[in-house]
Amino acid sequence: MTASPAILPERGPGDRLTALFWRRPRLLLALLLGPPLIWLGVVYLGSLLALLLQSFYSIDEFSGVVKEEFTLKTYAELFRAQNLDIILRTLLMSAAVTLGCAIIAFPIAYYAARFAKGRWKAVFYLGVMLPLWSSYLVKVYAWKLILAKEGIVTWVAEHIGAGVILNAVLALPGIGGNSLSTAPLGTFLVFVYVWLPYMILPMQAALERVPTTMLEASADLGASRSQTFRTVILPLALPGVVAGSIFTFSLTMGDYIIPQIIGTSARFIGLAVYQFQGTAGNLPLAAAFAVVPIVIMLVYLAIAKRMGAFDAL
Amino acid sequence: MHSDRASLGLRIAALAGLLFLHLPILLIFLYAFTTEEKSYQFPPPGLTLEWFAVAWHRADIWPPLWLSVQVATIATVLALILGTLVSAAMAQSRFFGREQISLLILLPIALPGVITGMALRSAFSVMDIPYSVWTIILGHATFCIVIVYNNAVARFRRLSGGILEASADLGANAFQTFRHVLLPNLGSALLAGGMLAFALSFDEVIVTTFTAGQQSTLPIWMLQELVRPRQRPVTNVVAIVVFAATFLPILIAYYLTRSGSETAGAGK
Repeated sequence: MTASPAILPERGPGDRLTALFWRRPRLLLALLLGPPLIWLGVVYLGSLLALLLQSFYSIDEFSGVVKEEFTLKTYAELFRAQNLDIILRTLLMSAAVTLGCAIIAFPIAYYAARFAKGRWKAVFYLGVMLPLWSSYLVKVYAWKLILAKEGIVTWVAEHIGAGVILNAVLALPGIGGNSLSTAPLGTFLVFVYVWLPYMILPMQAALERVPTTMLEASADLGASRSQTFRTVILPLALPGVVAGSIFTFSLTMGDYIIPQIIGTSARFIGLAVYQFQGTAGNLPLAAAFAVVPIVIMLVYLAIAKRMGAFDAL
Repeated sequence: MHSDRASLGLRIAALAGLLFLHLPILLIFLYAFTTEEKSYQFPPPGLTLEWFAVAWHRADIWPPLWLSVQVATIATVLALILGTLVSAAMAQSRFFGREQISLLILLPIALPGVITGMALRSAFSVMDIPYSVWTIILGHATFCIVIVYNNAVARFRRLSGGILEASADLGANAFQTFRHVLLPNLGSALLAGGMLAFALSFDEVIVTTFTAGQQSTLPIWMLQELVRPRQRPVTNVVAIVVFAATFLPILIAYYLTRSGSETAGAGK
């Protein structure tokens, strides 16, 4: 009987490399991490640094040429009344959209997490996932059709005798307008629609983690349905709501397509960035405007982290 | 006493919410057949199929469509390579800076698109890089990495390390293990990730407007039609194409990964 060796003979470079990886696992790790980290580090972080750099440049008011020397002048421009207006308007809209999304999302997330079983679970899952992934522009376009003056909303309102109500709402100062597609209310509606799935998903994840035993305990201790809801379910779902609000808030703050297509032409941060870098050619001011949402989101994330939102993601 | 049946109010609110998410998109289909091309009149005064033929013969639609397909394909391939590499690294070991790397992968999609777009635009301006197909791809690949990563890393987590050790014990080297053991197990997750990355890139408009210069992808063409419409139903025909190009991949990705505990798509 011939004893076969415990270690097989090497068959080629593949084997040699395998042995090398086995002896030095860090080498394999470095090879795996290298390309993606170089890409993200150079392309992404590099670009963010360029953005920061650009925001410390300024534009020469007479020639319109970017002066490449360090100054805080561009940031000071953010505090002009019309620019503060843009920032304030954006924050208000983001907060309103977040609230609107939370209210509409809750019943869907709650039903999907607690009651949907089997086939219905799949229906709810796909029912949220398909709108989330379908084309953003197509969704915005659909709402342009819906909210147009001659569109379906006006038609339905007139046929059910609610035309008066629609006109009364449109006559309200601040949110109304000529038609829904040119009113701030329309902008709000489309924002809520487009970002709704981003709120439902983390909410549902948080609600699914509420143990049923806790609900039973609450019932055993004599709490009514609504008491259980208020004192057990809502506090436990809150991190999910905060997690969802990170998305709805951040996405609303950065969007420039929706306010451009639906609503008054009042500017939001995203639109300001777009216009300053494009037609106005003021790259430094556009960059400074883009830094605003980053700072706001960093503060927002710090608060969210304290409220335990990251465990719900 | 808590019951296992939802109250009527909750059921109605949940169903109404789902309908709210889906009904608007159906109108896109209806308006592709309307005979009215100057306004969005509802109900349409008549129905016709002519817009599909008109769209087919419009010369300004084909170059953007071709550009979008090119960009999405190349960005998806790049994202597949980079996303698989980084997920393999993150799955196999713990190391210093792991948390920071996962944040770095997530960042391009967590920050609003306008920031990513503006950042790339500043970088091109600072470095004097002219706009081209590649500047678009650069941006798209960056935010597609996270999609592939999410899918692949979930599959790695489910995969027991035992089968890799078994493969090594049976005499396979690292490359044979990758080809015969790892790849078949990762396959459907990578396909799902690739599908989603393609859908995301094909539809992306916010970052693209900052990185495209004078060229148009299909979404940019659509955006221009939204701002200054002409032959409105043609836009609807194109919208149906874009919708299909994003709808089908997510449906396929769902069926590819639904057996697992981690289903594709939850993190866009």
